[in-house]
Amino acid sequence: MNETIRALLAKVGGLPVPVTELEDGADLYAAGLSSFASVQLMLAIEEQFDIEFPDNLLNRKSFASISAIEATVTQILKANEAA
Amino acid sequence: MNLAAVAADLTLSARAKRAAAVAAEFADDVDREGRFPREALEAMKTERLLGIQIPSAFGGEGAALTDIAEVCSILGQACASSAMVFAMHQIKVSSLVEHGQESAWHGDFMREVTGRQLLVGSATTEGGIGGNMRNSICAIEVEDEICRLTKDATVISYGAHADAIMVTSRAHADAAPGDQVMTVFKRGQYTLDKTVDWDTLGMRGTCSDGFLFKGEAPAAQIFPKPFAEIAAQSMLATSHLLWSAVWYGIAADAVLRAQAFVRAAARKSGGATPPGAIRLAEASTLLQLLKGNILSGLKAYEDARADADQLSSMAFSIAMNNVKLASSEMILTIINQAMIICGIMGYKNGTPYSLGRHLRDAHSAQLMISNDRILGNTSTMLMIQKPDTSLLG
Repeated sequence: MNETIRALLAKVGGLPVPVTELEDGADLYAAGLSSFASVQLMLAIEEQFDIEFPDNLLNRKSFASISAIEATVTQILKANEAA
Repeated sequence: MNLAAVAADLTLSARAKRAAAVAAEFADDVDREGRFPREALEAMKTERLLGIQIPSAFGGEGAALTDIAEVCSILGQACASSAMVFAMHQIKVSSLVEHGQESAWHGDFMREVTGRQLLVGSATTEGGIGGNMRNSICAIEVEDEICRLTKDATVISYGAHADAIMVTSRAHADAAPGDQVMTVFKRGQYTLDKTVDWDTLGMRGTCSDGFLFKGEAPAAQIFPKPFAEIAAQSMLATSHLLWSAVWYGIAADAVLRAQAFVRAAARKSGGATPPGAIRLAEASTLLQLLKGNILSGLKAYEDARADADQLSSMAFSIAMNNVKLASSEMILTIINQAMIICGIMGYKNGTPYSLGRHLRDAHSAQLMISNDRILGNTSTMLMIQKPDTSLLG
């Protein structure tokens, strides 16, 4: 999942630095992720993992870093399995 | 001494009304001359209104945003420039209250703001960023616990009259444009060289000239939180809500003038109303809608305030954007209606029904953060956000 997220981030994130140089915990907004690009990234992740982000997870924190995104996606996938 | 009368005198709205009476007296002169509303500001200081938002632990009154919005609206009915200066000051103070309490320096500064009734300004706009305050070109340098910053600030509202200015910049020389911090500089710690004159259609008394800002201060004056969080968690909501409260004040006074015009005309003609009277009912409907819009926004803010996640959620951002968009557009319609009702008496300056200043001041609303930019942001968020369609949600 980490690799998939990184690939999507590289594709739509529009970051000024290569994604490979980012630590999992690095602050993506500090790295230059714009709010527009963060929405593009959310859309791409929804499409890739066939999920929908519920409203309560659509905040800065959920997308603050690669590991935060991973945790958010994992949480949704688990909830979907349980349902 | 009548204690009840003294207590009534000390309510926030009574204090605001006394300051508003002073603001109203000088409103036309401030507008005509494009000068700072110094009498109104002195009155606000006398009534100790500048520190009301600061928690009592730091010497203030801990006023809720709803109460501050009421003060904005009372001042807005008297002089929009004075009200906007007050609102912008309170927006800066909200950053201190929400993000400065854990920092010793910012805590002391809060005590100073309320103790000495300091006026706090803002330098978030910069030449070359295209109006997006979430990007900076200038970067702060920190060396030996001292920070230095030079900023080509194309707009600093009441910059020359502020006692302190909060300035945004990139966090360090290598930071991305969006990786920003905000720093408080006190008067004496910076110089301002005027680069742009504020000669505008309306809001002339805010004196939002442009300056080349050069500051040097202890590094402890940099807010400990990234500006992105400050912007999302306190500035977005307080700006849109307090601005809207000022705008409501302008529109409410316009409707009041139109109503006075209709009443006077009806009295003179033995009850026959002037042709524009029916529009007064329409204006009253719109004013109520505007009020409801702002009040529901204030409630959403007070409900979300304790929860950082909710404050930075898309649903909340969209709600605040909508408050701003609707208020800024609706006031123009309302004031225009009032102008049609009052006719030439509204169009002329210097009559009890004059509305030129109201209309000109109101035209700033769509532009302070361009509505097109806000619409763009909202439409981006709507690509992914799922709306709660319940009436109460």
